[in-house]
Amino acid sequence: MNRPLDRLPPMSLLRRRNRRRRTLTEVGSVMLGVVLLIWSLLPIYNMLLIALDPEEGEIEFAGNLWPPEPSLEGFIDVVTQEARYLEDFWNQFGNSLYIGLLTMVLTVLVGSMASFTVSRLRLSNASLLTNAALLTYAIPASFLIVPYYRIMHSYGLFGGRWAVIAAQVTFATPFAILILQLYARLIPVELDDAARVDGASPVQLYLRIYLPLMTPALAVVAVYALLLAWNDYLYQAVLLSVQNMTVSVTQGQLFTDNDAPWNAMMAAAIIYVLPPLAVLFALRRWVAASLAMTALAT
Amino acid sequence: MHGSDFAWAVAFAVPYATVFCAFVVYPVGYALWMAGRPSLYADLIADRLYLSTVVNTLVFVGLGVNIKMFLALLLSGFFLRPRGWIRILLAIYILPWALAAVQTCISFHWMLIGEQGLVDGLLSALFGIDGPLWFNNRWLGLGSNVIAYIWKWMPFWTLIFLAARMTIPRVIYDAAEVDGATGPGSFVHVTFPLLANLYLICTLLSTLWTLGDFTTVYLVSGGGPAGATEVLATLGFRYAFDASKPALGVAAVMSGLPVLIPIVLLLMRRLHTSELQL
Repeated sequence: MNRPLDRLPPMSLLRRRNRRRRTLTEVGSVMLGVVLLIWSLLPIYNMLLIALDPEEGEIEFAGNLWPPEPSLEGFIDVVTQEARYLEDFWNQFGNSLYIGLLTMVLTVLVGSMASFTVSRLRLSNASLLTNAALLTYAIPASFLIVPYYRIMHSYGLFGGRWAVIAAQVTFATPFAILILQLYARLIPVELDDAARVDGASPVQLYLRIYLPLMTPALAVVAVYALLLAWNDYLYQAVLLSVQNMTVSVTQGQLFTDNDAPWNAMMAAAIIYVLPPLAVLFALRRWVAASLAMTALAT
Repeated sequence: MHGSDFAWAVAFAVPYATVFCAFVVYPVGYALWMAGRPSLYADLIADRLYLSTVVNTLVFVGLGVNIKMFLALLLSGFFLRPRGWIRILLAIYILPWALAAVQTCISFHWMLIGEQGLVDGLLSALFGIDGPLWFNNRWLGLGSNVIAYIWKWMPFWTLIFLAARMTIPRVIYDAAEVDGATGPGSFVHVTFPLLANLYLICTLLSTLWTLGDFTTVYLVSGGGPAGATEVLATLGFRYAFDASKPALGVAAVMSGLPVLIPIVLLLMRRLHTSELQL
């Protein structure tokens, strides 16, 4: 760094070296981009490859990068519920949707109410609630499946969809409260004070100030809760009765079955993964905004 | 605080408090009661499967979480580059996070099923190598689980770090450059110190979640061969529902508590210090 000026290489050489370094960075980032593209798409591509194969139960990779005779037969079998194991697909899809959407709505509701009282109503010992919520994570969800099996029997919820919804809301809410509280720090409390002077009640504060201003964070919480319910296998497999089965459970139970019609099964899988994508796409603006703001608050 | 305000504050806390008592306190209490018999732990230690499962869990969580977090931190810098194609790539890159876990894990299972699978098929078509039978070997099976896990969850944390990096003012990097910190230097001396607290919080949270990851192991390697790749979450499930020993299943997962509780305490403390900084 402290070299005398006359021993520096001439300007033209420096510039050339700089340009070469920039080209190298550019080439490197393109190469990394290609690797990431393959990495991200390979398992999805594998699903498509199997789903588009006209033959049932074909999971072999025959050396073709694309099925020689791609066919939508798998998808048609799912839509018409023709394939084995998929006779009840749309009913199960409805159950998945019911569980996912109610988990989403209830998590947003319960989480936002709890975080409102902690961060806006200045309840003494409010951090107790937050810490209690975090303690939920001391025992991961899957570790509690046996006690849940027992307590759902004693609550009379066993077998029904509400057993799963209750479990998913329980495990989604702590993270919801965490995110909402981080985000709420960015909204000045003076807003509440001003509204109070005008005679607003806590309910009005919650509905008119807190919820509208928290929309981005609520969007993140909604996506998170929906994905948690949508990703779940264990709780649905253990707690649901046969008539309340979901898509996850059916697919998960057959995953080693060589005789299953895998083209239709993979087609069903592709249909199943679409709804959260749509929700994420619809909420993308808010999700991006709130991730940025939350990171700022940490 | 007015009396009525206090009443409202309590009223708003009631829904979560109800959920917490009914679905956290009760089941956790039930679990502790079920796992309370000391003889259960003697049974566990006597089971060789349990001991190998503990090692698997440590490998799965230790490798999975740390590789994922570190790569996510590095990649968040790559996605920060102002290029149009990188923004499109980011949209593709976060797909795994938004796709359902069960279905993508099944795809991994079939992709790695041996010579019929896509991976070994590609290996022999492109390089003429006979790929291994991934699920016939303990370490290859564990590795497959770790890869599937990283694939699914790295995008989420990359997004978090990306968002955090976007809040670092450009000026700081310019100042660091004047002092000679460019390229890797600016990462070590600027980015990492600024993100260290967030990185630690995320790693702790992710460790807790990963310890409870049932789906990946259950559906990618299926715990096989012969239980050699089980983790605590799947072993507890097998004891309880396949072997009909519910108390043993609960004891198996509860044996993770000595690791879990310090992590939660550390996490709480970290979140509070970050509150004080603000």
